[in-house]
Amino acid sequence: MKKMSVDDKLGLNKFYPDEHNPHIEIDPDFTDEKEIMRVVKACPAELYKYENGKVIFNHEGCLECGTCRVVSGGKVVRVWHYPVGSMGIEYRQG
Amino acid sequence: MQDELQDIGKKGEVIVSDDRFDAIIVGAGLAGSTAALTLAKAGMEVLVIERGNWAGAKNVSGGRLYGHALEKILPGFAEEAPIERKITKERISLLSETAGTTIEYADESFRKPETASYSVLRSKFDKWLAEKAEAEGAMFVTGIHADEMIVKDGKVCGVKCGEEEMEADVVILADGVNSPLAQSLGMKKELAQAETAVGVKEVIGLEEKVIRDRFGLTENEGCAWMMAGYPSDGGIGGMCLYTNKESLSLALVLTTSYIGQSELSVPQLFERAKAHPVVAPLIEGGKLLEYSAHLVTEGGYNMIPTLYKDGVLLAGDAANMVINIAYTVRGMDFAIESGRLAAETVIKAKEKGDFSASTLSAYKQMLDNSFVLRDMQFHAKAPKLMEHKEIFTKYPQMAQEIFSEMYTIDGNPRRHLLKFAKPALKKAGGIFKLARIGLDANKAI
Repeated sequence: MKKMSVDDKLGLNKFYPDEHNPHIEIDPDFTDEKEIMRVVKACPAELYKYENGKVIFNHEGCLECGTCRVVSGGKVVRVWHYPVGSMGIEYRQG
Repeated sequence: MQDELQDIGKKGEVIVSDDRFDAIIVGAGLAGSTAALTLAKAGMEVLVIERGNWAGAKNVSGGRLYGHALEKILPGFAEEAPIERKITKERISLLSETAGTTIEYADESFRKPETASYSVLRSKFDKWLAEKAEAEGAMFVTGIHADEMIVKDGKVCGVKCGEEEMEADVVILADGVNSPLAQSLGMKKELAQAETAVGVKEVIGLEEKVIRDRFGLTENEGCAWMMAGYPSDGGIGGMCLYTNKESLSLALVLTTSYIGQSELSVPQLFERAKAHPVVAPLIEGGKLLEYSAHLVTEGGYNMIPTLYKDGVLLAGDAANMVINIAYTVRGMDFAIESGRLAAETVIKAKEKGDFSASTLSAYKQMLDNSFVLRDMQFHAKAPKLMEHKEIFTKYPQMAQEIFSEMYTIDGNPRRHLLKFAKPALKKAGGIFKLARIGLDANKAI
């Protein structure tokens, strides 16, 4: 089986994106590289990036697992909710 | 009322529902729909609130359902339900970087309904179960997120969805592993990293015949395969594979406290494991159908939260009802049984007209006497067993060294088993360490 990027994998999923309504909020001023990298490495959808000493996050493509919240222990991820009803990932296999 | 409920989803409209339900269930997974089915059968007015657009749309699991719990409620369900395959073949492997040591166990008795297990795809399966509950009279509203609990004088009496408040005598929270609602009530703590794993999963499409040939299966038979060692890169975890009708469920599960210790990210570790010489041929030619992720609680019995309070009960994943005992992972049969017992508790509470914690405590007693907490308690030491890193690091290597010498015939002088097994064991931590792990395993699995 050919190696695939996470972006390509997410491209096969079905999403109802809620573009302007992020259900996860990060702390943009948090700068501890080690802690940030743990969240970057943990997210199955690779939605966290560490760039120029800061954490960058995009909620679109979220698989709604909760791993970032658990791994960051309140440090990088400030608010974690599920998307509002009917939005976000729709699993067709599960 | 059905029409009113369907209107709730419309933006900007506020509907005040005068109707009170006997029970509100949050989450249309296995626990929620089983509870709804049981309550509706008993003639109770039950409302299920599901945030997905349909029951199953947000639901993911590794892939194997032990059928016994649902068999009690819907005898012969597998004849009709969208199950994938009946598992008749169990495999477990220890993987080193370049080799794999595998045990296979196949058993005719796995075919009997009371002991059978099935590979399932939850989006399809949960939809079916919800329809069963609906047919009994349970009401489902989908695409609605339950935002908050309504608590009056310390007693739960409903949920808030946006501007809408819905009240009931009792609420069953079956809203999954994260359960923000159970956390908001202080019934469940935030998931601890050392006790929580992330599961990443691919459903990989393959032709039906290819699956049969590749895994040595007849038409409806299936294989469940656990793999430890190389996939988790020194952390606690492993891979699991289940054969579906025309796809494979392949997942990597990794304890979250380990993340960051490896150079590689979780998605990178998954790709690395897929390229392992034992794994790669199994998925060769496959086409990715879906990529998913889900948290798995691994703390076992000691992680069971507060299961009831005035007017509220927790069931399934929301109650952390999962065990990982290395050769198998269970959660779905616990979800079904806890959903049923939560419903039975509510039926009794309704008869008494009392939904206080003291009446609802019958739920805990029933769980204690059921296989749910009995088995979870029996395996309570499994998480401690998994802390022996040797299982994931040195033992796959040791197995390789022993079997490699046994099976390598190249004209070089042969050596007796003990000559090469002893140094291999020593390198892996020695006989006493192995004995220690063996004793712990005996107490845990």
